[in-house]
Amino acid sequence: MTFIKKPIFRHPSLPKNDLGLTYRDYEGLVSTLCAGCGHDSITASIVQACYDMSLPAHKIAKLSGIGCSSKTTNYFLNQSHGFNTVHGRMPSVATGANLANRDLIYIGVSGDGDTASIGLGQYCHAIRRQLNVTYIVENNGTYGLTKGQFSATNDKKSKNKKGADNPFGAIDLALMAIELGAGFVARSFSGDKEQLVPLIKKAIDYNGFSLIDVISPCVTFNNHPHSTKSYDYIREHNTAMGELDFVPERENIQAKYNEGENVDVTLHDGNSINLQKVDSNYDSRDQDKVVNTLRKYRGEGKVVTGLLYINEDAEEMHQTLKTSKTPLNAIPVNDLCPGIEQLDKLNKSYT
Amino acid sequence: MSNNSSYNELVLKFANVNGSGSASANTFCAKALFRMGIPVSAKNIFPSNIQGLPTWYEIKISESEQLARRDGIDIMVAMNAQTYDQDINEVLENGIFIYDSSLLRDFKRDDINIIGIPIAKLCADAYTDSRQRQLFKNIVYLGSLSLLIGIDFDVIKQLLSDQFSSKPKLYDQNIKALEIGRQYVKENIKYPLEKQVRKSNKNTNKIMINGNEAAGLGAVYAGASVASWYPITPSTSLVESFEKHAMKLRKNEDGTFNAAIMQAEDELSAVGMAIGANWNGARAFTATSGPGISLMSEFIGLAYFAEIPLVLFNIQRGGPSTGMPTRTQQSDVLSCAYASHGDTKQILLFPSDPNECFYFAIESFDYAERLQTPVIVLSDLDIGMNDWVVDKFEWDHNYKHDRGKVLNSEELENAKDFGRYKDVDGDGIPYRTIPATHPELGAYFTRGTSHNEYGGYTENGIIHAETLDRLERKFDTAKNLLPQPEIIINSPKTKIGIINFGSTTKAINEALNHLSNKGIGINHMRIRAFPFSSKIDEFINKHDIVFIVEQNRDAQIKKLLVNEIDVISSKLLSILNYDGMPLTAQFLINKINEYIEEDTDINQLIAPPIKIV
Repeated sequence: MTFIKKPIFRHPSLPKNDLGLTYRDYEGLVSTLCAGCGHDSITASIVQACYDMSLPAHKIAKLSGIGCSSKTTNYFLNQSHGFNTVHGRMPSVATGANLANRDLIYIGVSGDGDTASIGLGQYCHAIRRQLNVTYIVENNGTYGLTKGQFSATNDKKSKNKKGADNPFGAIDLALMAIELGAGFVARSFSGDKEQLVPLIKKAIDYNGFSLIDVISPCVTFNNHPHSTKSYDYIREHNTAMGELDFVPERENIQAKYNEGENVDVTLHDGNSINLQKVDSNYDSRDQDKVVNTLRKYRGEGKVVTGLLYINEDAEEMHQTLKTSKTPLNAIPVNDLCPGIEQLDKLNKSYT
Repeated sequence: MSNNSSYNELVLKFANVNGSGSASANTFCAKALFRMGIPVSAKNIFPSNIQGLPTWYEIKISESEQLARRDGIDIMVAMNAQTYDQDINEVLENGIFIYDSSLLRDFKRDDINIIGIPIAKLCADAYTDSRQRQLFKNIVYLGSLSLLIGIDFDVIKQLLSDQFSSKPKLYDQNIKALEIGRQYVKENIKYPLEKQVRKSNKNTNKIMINGNEAAGLGAVYAGASVASWYPITPSTSLVESFEKHAMKLRKNEDGTFNAAIMQAEDELSAVGMAIGANWNGARAFTATSGPGISLMSEFIGLAYFAEIPLVLFNIQRGGPSTGMPTRTQQSDVLSCAYASHGDTKQILLFPSDPNECFYFAIESFDYAERLQTPVIVLSDLDIGMNDWVVDKFEWDHNYKHDRGKVLNSEELENAKDFGRYKDVDGDGIPYRTIPATHPELGAYFTRGTSHNEYGGYTENGIIHAETLDRLERKFDTAKNLLPQPEIIINSPKTKIGIINFGSTTKAINEALNHLSNKGIGINHMRIRAFPFSSKIDEFINKHDIVFIVEQNRDAQIKKLLVNEIDVISSKLLSILNYDGMPLTAQFLINKINEYIEEDTDINQLIAPPIKIV
């Protein structure tokens, strides 16, 4: 569906940011995801955050792995270089890119399959190194492109489309990130732009590894009454059951609630997701308390959202490696070549 | 010995216990011989083990510069009682077997000279510290040996002085140990032995270096600034060399470095990082061995298809699987040439010694950036980890690093319609941009999915086929760009040729030299790169029989030749060695003679060499 082009026309009255750019200037190609997909809301939130922050798009590199979520890097920031890598390996490519140029802003987009299964190792090690990246997991608990298998973030006993229980426990990427030393860990909901956009801005600003684990319902495959990440689609649209590609048009689900509130957000099919918005007394700098709080809510079946944890003193990868302040890719290779005099000395050392 | 020519022609072998500190003593010995101006080559035959298993170190000493490995030992320094039986059997008739006679042994060979030196006892008497007693045994035998075969003591002293310039105490201790060994010989053994060495002048403008050290240094000279890697024998020392030199030569005044070295969590991540850094405009590389290539294959395919420069050193070891991690082979030719799924082909470079490792390391980045594709430098354990005597490194003032087709901001503004994958010049190589070059121009999407000329996703079969065809065109361009084969015509009339690549070259030269003396002229071609130059077809087509020498079971380079160029496969005769040891000339001579004896037709194709050496 990428052959559909967005109109070039920009309405003259569109508001402009500090760079004189409109929201539209931060958009990408038309999404080819299912209509109503939570991922598209996240895309819109990224566009909004970059527009609000007046970021020069060409100084942003957007990287992703493979899967529905990873496709979305094509749907925002047309003026940025993008890199759709291989499945689960975006963190290493982002690490290399960042090693080459520490001055760019790196946005990594991944999914729960891409991060929690095939890419779990790379995810952990990118965190360990405090790679300066805004790492967004578009978490729907399912494999969409291969038609609805469980992913590793799907809760135990949550059912698949055929009604079978997920036999294995879920990996909590946020808790894991805190344990591994990520400097910035947040969780949000794709339907909550009011929360997500500021989180993205904070994450981009953060100098180190920032995770935003965004619960993003899969409208097509994770749609059962007993799914913890989506809703029962069958009851409402049972005529579409056999047709995997059939997805009706509809509005995105929006959630609005205040800090400290625990709300049930009603989804299209009447099913709901329980969102616990972190209250203002919550101290996101206290790692032990954060971990305990998250565990407690998880035990109660609640999904805590907001900025969960921040360590403002974490040492970013380049500080640890002591790489030059000038990006390595900006130093001419000729200046990196030690030349003939050094070679003569080295020759001598080999005699 | 009255006949001078018999000096400096011998194989010296040390049999030790791994982790006992013998490596430095043995290296001192090789280096001292090198500094005496004698042509030498050293082979470290070591176990995949940290401590306790047998390890050997062979030094071939050859005034006539026949420096391939040779079976049959002239002098065995046997310091490992576990392997006495095996070691003594390797000693040639009239050879010498030196052992630690602290425990006297009765050996069953009367055709060799057995010399006992009570090394452990000497050390027990001289040192009180148990660690010193162990470590200095190695220096004691080196001291004894120096007197027995005539290694210049002043040269050894100078070597130690260079080595321990900042540690004078260690220098004194080592000299003391050497003297203990020498004193015992003076008092108890008739010296020098019949087999001995003496100063020569063959090493002017030569250096003694291993290929990994050379390649790591080459990467520094190439201007590489990112190295990402995962430790694996025998490639580890390559990145360590890069790190050592980069940290020394690239340090800024504020204490930062113009290089980043990242030890990755595995080979997948290592190659991913190298790809990311190259994509972002730095020169980046990774180094690995066979198992790492298997793990990196998916990413190699991405770099091939998305056209991202990448330099990868594969220091081959014995495969398949974990195989023999500390033995040498050339058995990754096919897995590298066609690394990754789908229609892929990779650029391969085949250095033949550490000197070429240095230059190929530099050039590999030029080829990778010019061709925007992975370049795999296929070295091996023998080149990578053994010390070779090679020409010193030269530097051409006129040399300029080739960054390939990268558009800058101004060029982007002048470009009419930038498309990342457009074949503007007809050579199959498109133009690329580095992120952040221009605020509005040049951004594109890099992907492993099929793409059109602008990097856009496509499922259009015609466009997909066109892309694959263009990549093939790029490989045609590569044929002329890459290092051409080295051809030596020994006999213009002979119809027999021999082809090799990489570390077997010394053995080929030695064997051809020997055969020349017998009136058998064979022309030689050394392949230096894949895809194959048209000169390779020409060479094969000019000969009726072509021997192909490889260190693998499956005749991989032969299969690659048959697959990729138009040659008659029946005239390609394989000579294969895959026991993990560096090739010997005798092995080659025997195989060639077998072919000649078995087939009278081959016999008729032989013409004498131009001159009998």
